[in-house]
Amino acid sequence: MIRIRSLSLRAGDFRVRDVSLDLAAGEYFVLLGPNGSGKTLLIHCLCGLLRAESGSLVIGDRDVTGAEPRVRRIGYVPQDYGLFPHMNVARNLTFALRAAGRPHADALRELAPLIDMLHLAHLLDHSPQTLSGGERQKVALARALALRPELLLLDEPVSALDGPTRAEVLEQLRTVQHQFGVTTMHVCHSIDEAETVADRAGVMIDGRLVQTGKLAELMARPANAEVARLLQVKRNAKC
Amino acid sequence: MPAVAGSRVHWVSVVTILFLAVFVAGVLALIAADLFYTSPQAVADALGSPEVRAAIRLSLLTTAATLVLVVCFSIPVGYALSRYRFPGSVVVDAIIELPIVMPPVVIGVSLLVFFRTAAGQWIESVPGLQFVYTPKGIVLCQFFVSASYGIRAAKAAFDGVDRRLEALALTLGCTHGRAFRWVALPMARNGLAAGAVMAWARAVGVFGPLMVFAGAVRMKTEVMPTTVYLELSIGRIEPALAVSMLMLAIAMVALVVIHTLGQAHRWWST
Repeated sequence: MIRIRSLSLRAGDFRVRDVSLDLAAGEYFVLLGPNGSGKTLLIHCLCGLLRAESGSLVIGDRDVTGAEPRVRRIGYVPQDYGLFPHMNVARNLTFALRAAGRPHADALRELAPLIDMLHLAHLLDHSPQTLSGGERQKVALARALALRPELLLLDEPVSALDGPTRAEVLEQLRTVQHQFGVTTMHVCHSIDEAETVADRAGVMIDGRLVQTGKLAELMARPANAEVARLLQVKRNAKC
Repeated sequence: MPAVAGSRVHWVSVVTILFLAVFVAGVLALIAADLFYTSPQAVADALGSPEVRAAIRLSLLTTAATLVLVVCFSIPVGYALSRYRFPGSVVVDAIIELPIVMPPVVIGVSLLVFFRTAAGQWIESVPGLQFVYTPKGIVLCQFFVSASYGIRAAKAAFDGVDRRLEALALTLGCTHGRAFRWVALPMARNGLAAGAVMAWARAVGVFGPLMVFAGAVRMKTEVMPTTVYLELSIGRIEPALAVSMLMLAIAMVALVVIHTLGQAHRWWST
């Protein structure tokens, strides 16, 4: 169970205000919102890369509001995947376990099921620069899952992929999330994506989490005109 | 720039290539003059003399010590300048780059004056820390002249490392120190190496400050540039030319290494 309470933060002149949200264990939550609405800032705050001005974040029974990123047990996949270009795929994958003190070979053995699940075995010796977008995404996902995080944050994970790859990766995301049972927050601005993977969704506009619920509920009963307009625009864009 | 349709020859290309050719020809003419002034046998004889061999040995020893000091300082200082903004950072930047633009001899004079102050006298009183007119003084001069090059290159190298990757490493369980060692440092390694080579090559050529602060005592505080000066002052041009050509070769090798590391463009453009 993840509990976010009245979380506020500031980045320059922009503020994310008073975000409160509960995520059930194993839930797949999609956070929708227009560009510049504060979704990525919220994610950075949750994983500890930005300090919250006020509010709290509790993971299970641990209050991690002021904790360093490394002890939060939150996996994070940034929009550009953030693979380390000076390491091959294998060393990218074992990065977190090596940081926890495990030798590379042991870490690689420990990650074998995950590597098999995501079909990454043939890429282990490759440099990240030689991978396709979909492969990079899978490596970044596997790396974020290596430490068995309690919360997985995905920042527009398929926005850079083409249509068929996007569908395949979304399906894989859902499968992996289900098998790992990891609570997931997936940020995007695509209703398509949300419909494919979300148990529940929320809409963020201008730094505020305006509405949460099942996607069908949001579409049927938007909380205000801005949410209606956003969902309608996205829906029209889909058609 | 992609090729443009039409004539390949126009006045802009002619004029710019002409200037390029004149400059390169000028440099090559200087090198050729050195090479053809003397014979290989005379150069070999000069390089075999005890004074020149001692100068080469002392140059290598002092510049190796300088290189270690430059690396030790340039990595943390370059990282701090790249990553942190603080009040007066523009002034700090300027102070760090000052030795690049100031006449090197001023560094020698300043060191000499500093070691006449109470603080300098105290340092000189510590056993093993005598700098004035000693080989340690040579290292100090070389360090102050060349460190700015290493620091500037290190800053440029760390500027080129995406700091979001360091942040990402924190979410993967790294401490700040480990994120630096595992991400920033290896990603900046080519730029750091290029800066170290550049600083070392600069240290090899330091002369003015040495004359003031370390002196030019034969086989005691004599390094390669000092040899060139001392030999010329007594009219022996072959040894001076031999050592000059050796320094030229060192500079050439250093530049080739820097370009091979692929960082010269970044270093100069920062």
